[in-house]
Amino acid sequence: MRSITLVLSDGTKFHGKSFGYEKPVAGEVVFNTAMMGYPESLTDPSYAGQLMTLTFPLVGNYGIPPFTVEEKGIATFMESDRIHASAIIVSDYSEKYSHWNAKENLADWLKREEVPGICGVDTRQLTKVLREHGVMMGKIIFDDEPANIPEAEYEGINYVAKVSCKEVIHYNRGAGKKVVLVDCGVKNNILRCLLDRGVELIRVPWNYDFNNMDFDGLFLANGPGDPDTCVETVKNIQKFLANPKVRPCMGICMGNQLLSKAAGASIYKLKYGHRSHNQPVRMVGSNQCFITSQNHGYAVDSTTLPSDWESLFVNMNDGSNEGVKHKKNPWFSAQFHPEACSGPLDTEFLFDKFVELL
Amino acid sequence: MKDNIQKVLLLGSGALKIGEAGEFDYSGSQALKALKEEGIETILINPNIATVQTSEGVADKIYFLPVTPFFVEKVIQKEKPQGIMLAFGGQTALNCGVELYRSGILEKYNLEVLGTPVQAIMDTEDRELFVEKLDEINVHTIKSYACENIETARKAAKKLGYPVIIRAAYALGGLGSGFCDNEEELNKIAEKAFSFSPQVLVEKSLKGWKEIEYEVVRDNYDNCITVCNMENFDPLGIHTGESVVIAPSQTLTNAEYHKLRALSIKIVRHIGIVGECNVQYAFDPYSEDYRVIEVNARLSRSSALASKATGYPLAFVAAKLGLGYGLFELKNSVTKTTSAFFEPALDYVVCKIPRWDLGKFHGVDRELGSSMKSVGEVMAIGRTFEEAIQKGIRMVGLGLHGFVGNKELKIADIEGSLSAPTDKRILVIEKAFFDGMSVDRIHELTKIDKWFLYKLEHIFKINKDLKACRTINNLDNELLKTAKIYGFTDFQIARALGMEADVDMEKAVLVVRERRKQAGIVPYVKQIDTLAAEYPAQTNYLYLSYSAVAHDVQFENDHRSVVVLGSGAYRIGSSVEFDWCGVQALNTIRRNGYRSVMINYNPETVSTDYDMCDRLYFDELTFERVMDILDLENPYGVVVSTGGQIPQNLAMRMDQQNIPILGTQAKYIDNAEDREKFSAMLGRIGVDQPEWSALTTLEDIRKFIDKVGFPVLVRPSYVLSGAAMNVCSNDEELERFLKLAANVSKKHPVVVSKFLLHAKEVEMDAVAKDGEIFAYAISEHVEFAGVHSGDATIQFPPQKLYVETVRRIKRISRQIAHELHISGPFNIQFLAKENDIKVIECNLRASRSFPFVSKVLKINLIELATRVMLGLPVEKLNKNLFDLDYVGVKASQFSFNRLQNADPVLGVDMVSTGEVGCIGEDSRTALLKSMLSVGLRIPKNSVLLSTGNGLQKADMLTASQLLAQRGYTIYATKGTNQYLTENGIKNTRVYWPTEEGTPQVIDLLREKKIDMVVNIPHDLSSREITNGYRVRRTAIDLNIPLLTNARLASSFIHAFATVDIDDLDIKSWDEY
Repeated sequence: MRSITLVLSDGTKFHGKSFGYEKPVAGEVVFNTAMMGYPESLTDPSYAGQLMTLTFPLVGNYGIPPFTVEEKGIATFMESDRIHASAIIVSDYSEKYSHWNAKENLADWLKREEVPGICGVDTRQLTKVLREHGVMMGKIIFDDEPANIPEAEYEGINYVAKVSCKEVIHYNRGAGKKVVLVDCGVKNNILRCLLDRGVELIRVPWNYDFNNMDFDGLFLANGPGDPDTCVETVKNIQKFLANPKVRPCMGICMGNQLLSKAAGASIYKLKYGHRSHNQPVRMVGSNQCFITSQNHGYAVDSTTLPSDWESLFVNMNDGSNEGVKHKKNPWFSAQFHPEACSGPLDTEFLFDKFVELL
Repeated sequence: MKDNIQKVLLLGSGALKIGEAGEFDYSGSQALKALKEEGIETILINPNIATVQTSEGVADKIYFLPVTPFFVEKVIQKEKPQGIMLAFGGQTALNCGVELYRSGILEKYNLEVLGTPVQAIMDTEDRELFVEKLDEINVHTIKSYACENIETARKAAKKLGYPVIIRAAYALGGLGSGFCDNEEELNKIAEKAFSFSPQVLVEKSLKGWKEIEYEVVRDNYDNCITVCNMENFDPLGIHTGESVVIAPSQTLTNAEYHKLRALSIKIVRHIGIVGECNVQYAFDPYSEDYRVIEVNARLSRSSALASKATGYPLAFVAAKLGLGYGLFELKNSVTKTTSAFFEPALDYVVCKIPRWDLGKFHGVDRELGSSMKSVGEVMAIGRTFEEAIQKGIRMVGLGLHGFVGNKELKIADIEGSLSAPTDKRILVIEKAFFDGMSVDRIHELTKIDKWFLYKLEHIFKINKDLKACRTINNLDNELLKTAKIYGFTDFQIARALGMEADVDMEKAVLVVRERRKQAGIVPYVKQIDTLAAEYPAQTNYLYLSYSAVAHDVQFENDHRSVVVLGSGAYRIGSSVEFDWCGVQALNTIRRNGYRSVMINYNPETVSTDYDMCDRLYFDELTFERVMDILDLENPYGVVVSTGGQIPQNLAMRMDQQNIPILGTQAKYIDNAEDREKFSAMLGRIGVDQPEWSALTTLEDIRKFIDKVGFPVLVRPSYVLSGAAMNVCSNDEELERFLKLAANVSKKHPVVVSKFLLHAKEVEMDAVAKDGEIFAYAISEHVEFAGVHSGDATIQFPPQKLYVETVRRIKRISRQIAHELHISGPFNIQFLAKENDIKVIECNLRASRSFPFVSKVLKINLIELATRVMLGLPVEKLNKNLFDLDYVGVKASQFSFNRLQNADPVLGVDMVSTGEVGCIGEDSRTALLKSMLSVGLRIPKNSVLLSTGNGLQKADMLTASQLLAQRGYTIYATKGTNQYLTENGIKNTRVYWPTEEGTPQVIDLLREKKIDMVVNIPHDLSSREITNGYRVRRTAIDLNIPLLTNARLASSFIHAFATVDIDDLDIKSWDEY
């Protein structure tokens, strides 16, 4: 295995070995404290442009499932059709795997999709550096090619445009209620969760003006990067909210931020984001608490919500916003991922709520 | 929080036994702490006097009484609490609680059960109710038939198809359960199961499936979290207490993990748990099919492990939830800023490995299966699986150096040993790799998931690479670092490099150590912070790893750290008593302004609770790791005298590295440990000891015996399992025994000593300062010498010693303390016959009886000893033994019922797994309480007497008369029948299995016509399958009280025949 160095923008260096595709790469270095779910995380479009650090040290144990595609055109086991993270950084990579549903090891997959993977890094220490400093840009450089230095930017780049579908896609045509889903980088399990509940789904690109379409409800999906780059999406949502014909709307993650922005709230970047399976949230005004899966670097500033909106969920660790709702209309969203995949399934009932409202 | 609760009764779990051990001291202590924080008055019933929870200040009132409905009701009557907690004392407390509920006692005294309601407990405990309950929510359970008799059990098995598993309902950790491949096996196992429980369950066996567990917490508001999941290394079929366990699970995908997690929450909500509970699954290795094996509606061994594995204090939180709190109202005790409603994220892997002591038992079945036999466990933390498991294998404390690098194990049939696993299973896997067996083949035979086997193979391969270097000069830093990352010790590396051939291993290890330190290859200290570094945490819960580049903590280098070395895995001979000692030392160190630092790795202990000390290193107690830590801590000193034998054994080597050892100096420890030196010293100061000699040939042994006469105690000096010590009464026994021990005695001499019959054994527990005794406690064994002091029943203060004997013992102890310059705790064992006193053993450390005598005396001897070691001023104890107007009796708990085929007889080697200590107004009441606490029952109608040789029969005569007077039916075997009849005691003759005639003993036992068995073995050594063995074993298998010592049997009979159980004093500790 070739030796590499991970160089953070503050100059901190970590040494490791390459086990994935061998090319230098740069991106925003983020950490994820989930203890499993690397195939799901890697294919989650929200990781676009990021070097994903896993704090759980043992990775690769159960291999990679086959990349089969269901009849509706959705990958059976993955969250999109390819790896979106720019690289994966782990401590102890397990080349040998064991699982009945595995087809190959992580290294082979990374190589095929040309994504670097590095191991032998003290990912706890790396996480502590990121925690203290906040997320940073970083580069993975091969020690035997020190001159080959990649460059990248993260902030201000419209990653949503990069990962969104390019044209309208229909699922379950004629099945029942019609839901428009704005694809800012949607995870497959959001599609599965909606389709399993018997709705017809119209998946539209991030900047598509759906307002003239015939539909019963609006779904705002997750996506990568800075919500401020999605100006057109926000405009389209504002039109929807202003429509005298009130229809239900639900948002997830980026969807929560876009819905809030459309309502008039502002967004800020978290020091190091929430990326894990163990984020506790509480439903505001109740004693109900949920463990949620999260992956976001930006958050809604709930103090800026207009008076007809309120917080729906709050993060029990740091008090940040975890969802909003309109006081009268059936519009709500969650900053976390009720579709999980990967992560806990405690809040999947939100999909039921949405579908009931249609 | 509920505001009607001011006083709460908490039930403990009693003596440590297989299946129910130290974890409940930890759980109970945490619960009591949680209650105390709320200002609630706490009452604790627990006869286990060696525990931390029964120490001053933990509970407001402590009753050293049996945890049985009879005694619990008496305490309720007296104390009138408003609430009761059943979840913190294991199955003992839970069963007791269910009985109290059923008999209406809880209702009668208007006692609220705090936490999971009793109905929910019964729904999980009764298999039929359980299956029905889970059927309601479409959750799959193992198809099972509850049977009330053997005929229906046979039918059920036929319907399900063999193999099936038999379980006894309402039984501790698999007690009375087993797999049956055919009807013949079923008949055998079912009969045993029925003796433990009126209901027996027949289930389809799912051997080979994965076994996965989740620890779930639920509050009154229906909020649920799963704190941890765990995966068994061994597939289903091996009891989880017998399996290596990994946390978190390593072979489950996200979908599988969360499917089972969501199911756990669904189940827990449906059953209505409030507090903590454990859900166990069988999981198909080839699909996502699952079965729920069981739900434990209480804190368990697994929950203790999960607490330690994650840093989430499950018992503490469960107690708060029992008081009505919501999870969201509690804080994460590690970060102190975030909420207790969260699920820990680990950035390490933990590995639990059981510790067995099967070698101590004669005739025991060594195969692992569905019932638990291990006596303790260890938990190892690493950042690679290889690191964790190698640490764990060393921690178990059986002389292993890791997965590789051990002495060669001779196994005739590797394939057979793989498919029928024993306590040696992990070593057999190494042996299989050595023989070139593939992972696939090993998997076929063991059904262990291949991922684990690949990891083990990886260790094996690194070892091969190391061996290929041949000398340390060929070893490059990269391989050296790789070896360290994957858990190799300097010892393993030195051995692989073949350094043994040239230098002494202790030196070789130092060479490797120096070499890697020069190369900058050192371990780093990491925190367990529950959130994988996401939030800052001031946690002092630490471990070391080589998969790291930086420390998580900063070292003050202020010379104020005092490091206490813990006692490691619980084992026969070293358990909760040393945890108590360690905790007392930590408390004293902390109170006096020093930084208290603990090194220990036993997840069942209180000393490994991170709020017991200023810094906890949950890591190995090997020389290498202790030195790694001491290098960083640069301590004021190290305490080696409160953790049993493990720290003592490190004393000399640490001393050579100039580590400051507090208290008695290493060279004096060596002078006491080394038999020759100690003996010479006794000679010098004119103290008598049993004649002994270290001999190498049979001829020399014979000559020695000619001089001293039989019986003799024979112990090979190289003892791995402890089983090799024996008393021989004649030539034949001597020869047979030496043959058995021959392979261990060739290189090492055999120590033969004169064995005294009918001698009393007396213990001196004391604390000295600069060779002068400051406090002492003399206690007396009920049994004559010949029963290991760890198995003996001990009374304190002594009741039947001559004043002259006491005086002599004091004088000798003073001499020894002076001679060995003792500063700290020590223990001397004496033999006393008439007023003739001999010293048998001396340990310059706290002994197992320290908590017992400390608590009966109400003087904390460890606190005193620690003050001495810290050089603080201490005062001499003025309390006189004769000032105590009450008696403490310590009795031993045996777990023979768990150990199939083991001969339940006592001898010079220790076999008990736990102990209790009860206080009474006189020795009879104290003894009665103790004996009832270790599971004996007062016989209703009949007693079987089979009382050994003439001397022993005479010992039992008064007791036999008492039984007759009290109207007991006495059954007696041939010799005893004759003896009793000659002495005018009415009895019925019964027949041994080898005799013709009726009634047959075994039949009477099976028909439950005998309530208690007194069987005194004829001699001390014969172990073959005798009539006696069959009777003893049958009694154990049928759960009939058994006594095998004449002195103890007499005392017990005397106690229950002359004291009415209703007249026993019900007093809390502070009332004496």
